[in-house]
Amino acid sequence: MEPTDLSMLELGRKLGSGELSSVEAVRACLARVDRLDGRVKAFLRVDREGALAQAELADRRRQEGRRAGPLDGVPVGLKDLFLTEGLPTTAGSRILESFVAPDDGTVVKLLRAAGTPILGKTNMDEFAMGSSTENSAFFPTRNPWNLELSPGGSSGGSAAAVAARMAFGALGTDTGGSIRQPAALTGTVGLKPTYGRVSRLGVVAFASSLDQVGPMTRDVPDCAALLQAIAVHDPGDSTSAPVKAPDYLAEIEAGVKGMKLGLPREYLELPGMDPEVRAAVEAATLALEKMGAQLVPVSLPHTRYALATYYLIAPAEASSNLARYDGVRYGLRVDGRNLLAMYGRTRDQGFGLEVKRRIMLGTYALSAGYYDAYYLKAQKVRTLIKQDFVEAFRTVDAVLSPTSPTAAFRIGEKVSDPLAMYLNDVFTLPCNLAGLPGLSLPCGFTRANLPIGLQILGKPWDEARVLRIARAFEREHDFHRRTPPLGAA
Amino acid sequence: MSVADFQPVIGLEVHAQLLTRSKIFCGCSTEFGAAPNAHTCLVCLGMPGALPVLNEKVVEYAVRVGRALECRINPVSIWARKNYFYPDLPKGYQISQYDQPLCEHGALEIDTDDGPRRIRILRIHLEEDAGKNVHDAGGGDSLVDLNRSGVPLIEIVSEPDIRSSAEAAEYLKALRDVLVYLGVNDGNLEEGSFRCDANVSVMPKGSAKYGQRVELKNINSFRFVQKAIDYEIGRQVELIESGGKVAMETRLFDAVRGETRSMRSKEEAHDYRYFPEPDLPPLRIPAGFVERIERELPELPRAKLQRFIASYGLPVYDAKILVGDRPLADLFERVQGVYRGPAKKLSNWFLGELLRLMKEEAREVGALRFSPEQFAALLAMVDSGELSNNAAKDVFAEMFRAGRAPREIAQEKGLIQVQDAGAVEAAVEAVLAANPDEVEKYRAGKKQVLGFLVGQVMKAMKGKGNPALVNAALKAKLGE
Repeated sequence: MEPTDLSMLELGRKLGSGELSSVEAVRACLARVDRLDGRVKAFLRVDREGALAQAELADRRRQEGRRAGPLDGVPVGLKDLFLTEGLPTTAGSRILESFVAPDDGTVVKLLRAAGTPILGKTNMDEFAMGSSTENSAFFPTRNPWNLELSPGGSSGGSAAAVAARMAFGALGTDTGGSIRQPAALTGTVGLKPTYGRVSRLGVVAFASSLDQVGPMTRDVPDCAALLQAIAVHDPGDSTSAPVKAPDYLAEIEAGVKGMKLGLPREYLELPGMDPEVRAAVEAATLALEKMGAQLVPVSLPHTRYALATYYLIAPAEASSNLARYDGVRYGLRVDGRNLLAMYGRTRDQGFGLEVKRRIMLGTYALSAGYYDAYYLKAQKVRTLIKQDFVEAFRTVDAVLSPTSPTAAFRIGEKVSDPLAMYLNDVFTLPCNLAGLPGLSLPCGFTRANLPIGLQILGKPWDEARVLRIARAFEREHDFHRRTPPLGAA
Repeated sequence: MSVADFQPVIGLEVHAQLLTRSKIFCGCSTEFGAAPNAHTCLVCLGMPGALPVLNEKVVEYAVRVGRALECRINPVSIWARKNYFYPDLPKGYQISQYDQPLCEHGALEIDTDDGPRRIRILRIHLEEDAGKNVHDAGGGDSLVDLNRSGVPLIEIVSEPDIRSSAEAAEYLKALRDVLVYLGVNDGNLEEGSFRCDANVSVMPKGSAKYGQRVELKNINSFRFVQKAIDYEIGRQVELIESGGKVAMETRLFDAVRGETRSMRSKEEAHDYRYFPEPDLPPLRIPAGFVERIERELPELPRAKLQRFIASYGLPVYDAKILVGDRPLADLFERVQGVYRGPAKKLSNWFLGELLRLMKEEAREVGALRFSPEQFAALLAMVDSGELSNNAAKDVFAEMFRAGRAPREIAQEKGLIQVQDAGAVEAAVEAVLAANPDEVEKYRAGKKQVLGFLVGQVMKAMKGKGNPALVNAALKAKLGE
């Protein structure tokens, strides 16, 4: 068994006992990166020296008997949306290609405090806009289960790095499914916490009212442990809630007996759903029922408006959030004969097609004369979508659905058809619009040996229960232990 | 028809900087005059991943203004983004308030030719300032200084209740006085900490329907406000009279040429794409917050003016000058509290010697060296006859310079007048004895000789005789 086959918590225990060192763990990851990442292309930048230096410090802390916690010394990857001091942060965009942040963001500081060496920055759709990582300005990431396929996105680099065991865990961000969908497509576990659970300070913004940081791991306990490290109230983010995080591992093994799990009718009726995905998810729900949960049909009638709602609100916020990339202070500047020309050329050359498309959509939705019909209407529908969940959660403890309507798709297959690409997110979007916690875990495989994800949505601040349900399923199955057929280089 | 046949309708939008020590959404200093970009951080530079955190002091100051202007303070107000591109606006949007501002529906009373009038306040909202572009730094490049980026501002929007340029100026002065009294603004138009835009329209007198309004920008002195509005009124009237129509546009006031010129038309107007700021939750005013600030509100300039006139019996002119400077008014009250003599007498000293010396020495009230008690003691010495008015001015100058007790100074300078009736009488007798001819002339009816005799007595007493006593003693001896 290689060290990289261990889960984060298993490795953490071995680091604690001295059976393995953090430097060995980092070296094992780097060796896999060297062997595999030329094909997978999960990382935009690998920080060998930095990761080894942090590993040495972690090993010294252990020797001195002052380990920082269960993850001290466990190496992780970071989506390239997290600001890291001294290490470039590109957001997958040409416009930030040369950008180096002067300080770490809050979650990065928390990871450093938890002692996790940072292996590097993982690839992503530009500014997290996309569902395939093909919108990266640099290169597409490939799915470790089949290199012709996409790992999903936008946190596709993080998902691929974890699935290919180049990192023990990783952080992603999720605005409309960007953690859960790639987790589903790569057979990993991904959690989008409740909006306000994790600080957004030092995370390049896409859509501020929807963005949330979350863990991407190989199994559910790791997901809980990594969430634990970052779920800290941050006064530096005014939308970070002053809600204390419980011990996410404390009751993770307590099972689902007596829980009521909702099955939204509307979700199973959505068009474009792959029968294999439907079958796997149905089997998973029945398995949970067998473990003692009660399956309850629920109705989320406004779900069918979620996609339209999301594609007004998210681009509207993005059009404003991305206005700061103007060539004046940092990042790319392409000079022009006057100010307007400089703005135009910088943003034309700095942003990719999908980013431009969303800036235009958002600008339009906020324009005088259209605001009421688009943005304001979308906000009202958002409230209705939220209320659907409030209503459902009166009778159930969590809601189950597929994470994505299909398994991994071919690179290039949907990139020229934005609507087909957007449909990938139909199951994941409502969770962001409602600010709920949502988790994806592997619940089966297609005949082509591609992972299928089960999505569990919880009540606000109820990540512990979501993790508990996921863990109950995971314990009885081995989907999360299967490894992608990457073979030797 | 002429200008006199038209009724101008004016509304003012005032941007006032709030004098907090740090910026509205970050901890950077608001200090003026630092090296370019010295007071900046990730937030006010608009770096990726930076987030705003509201400075509570800003809210306190804005509520102070809101309550002083009789506004309703909304328990929940909403932050909004105002989107536009400009190099001095680092995020590409300004955080402001739009739909639901912090304060609404207030009023400010001003004096007009037709007596006092209430100008209604539509709203007061909070926002952040932008930075500054510097275009003439050499090398052909424009530079950006973001020290001002994120400095807290309030925008105070009046209803279109103002009817002349003079009223506009009066409103601005009254508003500035209030802000300065509240300690939230330094009232400095020239340095830009108090800026004004005006919405101006005209309609035929007697009409109920407002004309097309034009927005005037860049009015940065009280003098310009009147000039810019008057010019604009004239321009609009002329346009209408020659059969034209006033266009909806924004015009810039050119102070050098004394005229307004078009900056952008309706078609070129910015679409700011306002929407609620997702990085900041709605601003909720906690219970008791407004009440606490109300309790701490100082007496406002207009109330103070009326009190100075009514309870001290001061002329309006005197009261206005005293009240125009809150520390000066406070000092006046402290001195008067000890002195308790005629307030007008004290006011004369304030408007005369005190303000003259303060101006000469460029000294603020806060830097004065003498105490209110010392000032009162000086006046008491004048009242009792111990000091002549002229001598008191000498003593006051020394008090102003060195902050010493007036009696000590007067004694040192030998300025205290002899109050001893016996000594005066003796001197009078000696002078009369030495000047029999003059005495004879006086008694023969040549009364102007008295002046000469007084002078002789004062000379004999080395100038320290109390002139009133000397006069009385002379007249008594001369047989009146």
